Amino acid sequence: MNFFRQCLILISSILISLLTFVGISNADGHKGFKLGVVTFLSGPAAEPFGVPAWNGGKLFIKLLNEGKVPAPYNKKGFGGMKITAIPIDESGGATKQVQEFRNLVQRDKVDAVLGYVSSGDCMAIPSVADELKALTVLYDCGTPRVFEDASYKYVFRTAAHAAMDNIAIAKYLIEKGHDISSIAGINQNYAWGKDSWKDFSVSVKKLSPSSEIKNELFPKIFSGQYGTEISALMNSKAKVVHSSLWGGDLQSFILQAKPRGLFKRTQVVFSAGDHVMPGLGNKYPEGVILGARGQYGMMAPDTALNKWFYKSYMDEYGVFPAQPPYRMVQGLMGLKMAIEKAMEKNGGKKPNKDEIAAAFKGLEFDSPGGLVQMKLGDGHQAIQPHAIGTTAKDKDGNITVTDIVRYKASCVNPPNGIKAVDWINAGFPGADC
Amino acid sequence: MVDEILTIVLDGAIYASWLFIVALGLTFVFGVLKILNIAHGGIYALGAYSTATLVPIFYSLGMPEQLVILAMLVSALAVAIVITPIMERGILRRFYGQDEVLIVLVTYAIYLVLEDVQKLIWGMNSLYVSEPRELLGALEFGSLYYVGYDLALIGLAIFCGLFLWFVLNKTQSGKIVLAVIHNPEISGCMGVNINKVYLAAFFIGAFLAALAGSFTAPLISVQVGISVAVVIESFAVVIIGGLGSIPGAVIGALIIGMARAACVHKLPEAEIFIMYFCMAGMLIFKPKGLFQGAQARKI
Repeated sequence: MNFFRQCLILISSILISLLTFVGISNADGHKGFKLGVVTFLSGPAAEPFGVPAWNGGKLFIKLLNEGKVPAPYNKKGFGGMKITAIPIDESGGATKQVQEFRNLVQRDKVDAVLGYVSSGDCMAIPSVADELKALTVLYDCGTPRVFEDASYKYVFRTAAHAAMDNIAIAKYLIEKGHDISSIAGINQNYAWGKDSWKDFSVSVKKLSPSSEIKNELFPKIFSGQYGTEISALMNSKAKVVHSSLWGGDLQSFILQAKPRGLFKRTQVVFSAGDHVMPGLGNKYPEGVILGARGQYGMMAPDTALNKWFYKSYMDEYGVFPAQPPYRMVQGLMGLKMAIEKAMEKNGGKKPNKDEIAAAFKGLEFDSPGGLVQMKLGDGHQAIQPHAIGTTAKDKDGNITVTDIVRYKASCVNPPNGIKAVDWINAGFPGADC
Repeated sequence: MVDEILTIVLDGAIYASWLFIVALGLTFVFGVLKILNIAHGGIYALGAYSTATLVPIFYSLGMPEQLVILAMLVSALAVAIVITPIMERGILRRFYGQDEVLIVLVTYAIYLVLEDVQKLIWGMNSLYVSEPRELLGALEFGSLYYVGYDLALIGLAIFCGLFLWFVLNKTQSGKIVLAVIHNPEISGCMGVNINKVYLAAFFIGAFLAALAGSFTAPLISVQVGISVAVVIESFAVVIIGGLGSIPGAVIGALIIGMARAACVHKLPEAEIFIMYFCMAGMLIFKPKGLFQGAQARKI
């Protein structure tokens, strides 16, 4: 009898524990939204991209959870659900990231994953995301190939791809009357650098067929020493030097090229040049033409939403936000809008991934950098307005960006269904400028 | 044409000088301690960070600008003084005589720890200390301007190489080190304090690594990850020249520096490949490097 009672107590305890656990899990599942956030938190890409992006994301999630973000983002969290972010380091390569992605989806049971700066990771993750039916938002990476070479159901990219950087710079050079009779380039030796140079050089040749390519340099990524390349660029006597260098490589290139007079002898253009400005400050050279794949930082539009974000970030971190935090916030805004649109349709319940994916497709939403439209890749790839400017010193001697030209998204992005490189080669048919 | 050749030689010499200073410490430590020290790159990074920290303090104290080189030397020295007892006495000494692969793994582990130490102390933000580079102005060569500081690196490399050669070959202490390199056991039997020689040799290697980092800091954005390329390239230099050989490090650095400069100017597509081409060629035809002499077989 005693044994029977003990067994009964034990079984009851186990059942109660299980029921409580399931209850808690369900309650938590309905109330909160678990978000995996993947970005570089270590390695050379952390300081210029990953950390400022996550700083922006962290701040925005905190303000969203507190309900302190202006309209149309003033509803707490995602549709009233508190956001719990799980940050993951993107360093280690694509194989490691695929494993981390599986861990987030299968072990941590996240509701969505937002991440990826590296184009290599962005090429590796989407097929796994669709296999696992995991809602995934690519917030930063630039390669156009993600949705040009394939299509995915659960994957979205809320930032424009990199082709628009180089198309817009080529247009800017011509509009501003710069001499583009000869060009040279220094770009990193991997997909990003090669694609950027190809988009730029082909755009220039299309807009000015007599332009001559003098030199094409592709140093390895993170090489840090550019003395020889600077000599070669100066020897080439090209009228324009193009570079898509980023992070520590861009910083080192600027520090090494400035005292050697490269920026005075030739017109230098940096297609991703804004993100090192907060760090370099007045060490940044004057007269450089730069872009930031969108209207961000010093080139951001004068809207209430941008003023709010710019000030919030400045107050929190003491530096102005460049492209990385803007882009992560843009991704979070897109996800929030898609979730809330799905909730409107399903009567306010927590939407499942199919409902969110359906709402995300073709979505349009306002961001600090302007209107984002999910128009390419059958509604999975964003386009957005772009801005190009030239650095100059203001009256206090601080470096700033002037002479800004803004481009409509439809002016510097190909239409849906056409690859960027084909669009450039065809002479930008249908561009709405 | 003459202008172009002059540019290639100058660019190659500047790059080779930088490579030589980094590789000199690595090859010297291997020569004496028989340790392939992957953590050498970590010490290089610490040298860069300490300079990026100390030089702004130096300027804020209103010290004469010309003495900034002294501040850079002090920062390299400080790194070597701190790191040597921790690494050599605290860790590596326990592994002398063990399998070489194990020791390489130990130094790799230390390298990873040093990377995290950099993050702990200095965080993820880049540091800039370009002011010392403005000290020597710019000089015109042909149609190009070169920064005086970059050219001074050639002088620094020559000084480091000659100084180490002089100490090893012309002083009593140097001859003791050579004796230990030749045969540590017999040197010990003759009354040489081997542990002391190892400690001193490691200190010199660490100082040279930190010195390279210290003098590179004004050229670059000092941030986590700067040591990765350094480790690979300095290994290439010592493989070409022969592990443990100072003249080998000179020739190895010159081969890579000149070949790279020639490629960037004349055949840019091959630039990324040329260092590995030189290294692979050496491994095929002279696996022990250019200056690795015949070794007596011990019975």
